[in-house]
Amino acid sequence: MLEISIAIILSCCALGAAIAALTGIGPALGEGGAVAKSCEAVGRQPEAKSAVTSTMIIGCALAETTGIYALFVAILLIFVAPGSFVNILMNALGR
Amino acid sequence: MTKRKPGFIIVDILYLSIAILPLLFGMALKIFTNPAESGISIHGARIFFKAPFILGGIVITETQINSLVAMLFILGMALFLTHGISKIPNTKRQFIAEWAVSKVEGLVGENMGQSFMNLVPFIMAILSLSAVSSLLTLIGIYPPTCDVNTIAGWALTVILFIEYYRFKCGPWGFIKSFLEPLPPLAPLNLIGEVATPFAMTLRHFGNVLSGSIIGALIAAFTAYVSKTVFGALPGILSEIPFFQIGIPAFLSLYFDLFSGCLQAFIFSMLAMLNISSAFDADGFEKRRAKREAKLKLAASQNSK
Repeated sequence: MLEISIAIILSCCALGAAIAALTGIGPALGEGGAVAKSCEAVGRQPEAKSAVTSTMIIGCALAETTGIYALFVAILLIFVAPGSFVNILMNALGR
Repeated sequence: MTKRKPGFIIVDILYLSIAILPLLFGMALKIFTNPAESGISIHGARIFFKAPFILGGIVITETQINSLVAMLFILGMALFLTHGISKIPNTKRQFIAEWAVSKVEGLVGENMGQSFMNLVPFIMAILSLSAVSSLLTLIGIYPPTCDVNTIAGWALTVILFIEYYRFKCGPWGFIKSFLEPLPPLAPLNLIGEVATPFAMTLRHFGNVLSGSIIGALIAAFTAYVSKTVFGALPGILSEIPFFQIGIPAFLSLYFDLFSGCLQAFIFSMLAMLNISSAFDADGFEKRRAKREAKLKLAASQNSK
C-alpha cells in the first residue's frame, strides 16, 4: 500500500511538472508578437533600429516572467515536492 | 607606440595575473574536488566548508569562491585596462576601457536622464559582474549566477537604491508615493514594491538555470544516442561518445554566451528603469526650491 501511495505521489509530481511546462505557450505567443511588431517597426523606420531593439529586449524579458515562474514550479515539483510530500505521508502514517 | 620601461611591463604582468590566476585556481578547484559524474547530474553549488555559527553555520560554497574569482578577474582587467592612461588615448587598452565606460554612460543617460550619472559605476559593476559570472561556464566552472542567493543579493542592492531615491523627496513624499494614484491602492503598491526584487532575481536566475539544465540534458542525451548508435563497434570505438563532440558546445554558444550577456544587460536595464521610475524629479525640485526659499527667508530675518 505504501509503495503505491509513494508511486502516486511521484507520478503526480512529474505530471504536474509537465503541465507547468505548458505555460511556455503564453510567453512564446507574447514574445513572438513583440518581435513581429518590432520587425515591422524596423522595416518602417530603419533609423530607429537600436532603440526598437533594446525596447523589444526589455519587453521580451518582462513577457518571459510567467515562463520563468512556470519553470520554477516545475523545478520545485521535480526536486523538492516529492520529498516533502512523502514526509507528510510518513508523518500521517506515524512512521 | 612609445617604448615602455621594464617596470611598466612588470606591473602589467602583475595586473594580468590578478585577472588570470583566479580563473586557473577556480578550474583547478573544480578538477580536484569534483567527483567523476556519469549520466544526468543537476545539482546546486558544492559545499566546501561549514563552520558552526548562529543561524545554521557559515557555509562556504562554490558560489562564494567563484564570485570572488569573477570579482578578481574584473578587478585585474580594470587595473590592466586603465594602467598608463593618458589624456589623449594612444593605446588599445585605453580605447577599450573608454569604449566600455562611454557605452554604459550612454545607456544610463538615455534611460535614466542626466541627473543619475552618479549611478554609472554601480550599473557598470552589476553589468560586468553578471556578465563575467555567467560567462564562467565557458571555462567549465560553476557560474555564481546559477545560485539564487547571488542574484538576490544584487536585487537587494537595487532595492536599496530604489528606496533611497524614493526617500529623496522627504518622508512625506516617501509615504505619498505609495498612495498613488489613489490611497486605497496602497496595499497593491506595497506588494509591487516587494515583487520588484523578487521578479528581477527569478528572471535572471531562471534563465541561467534553465540554460544549465538544458545543457546537462543535451550532454546526457548525446551520450545516450552515441552509445546506441556506435555501441556495436568493436573495441574502444564503442566507448567514444561521437555525438558529444561539438553539439553541446554549439548549443552552449546560445545558452552560455548569448543568454549570459543578454541577462546581464536585462538585469542592469531593469535596475535602471526601476530606480529612475522611483525618483520623483518634479517633487524633488519643488521641495528643494521650497527649502531654499525658506533658508533665504530665515537669512533675511536674521540679518534684520
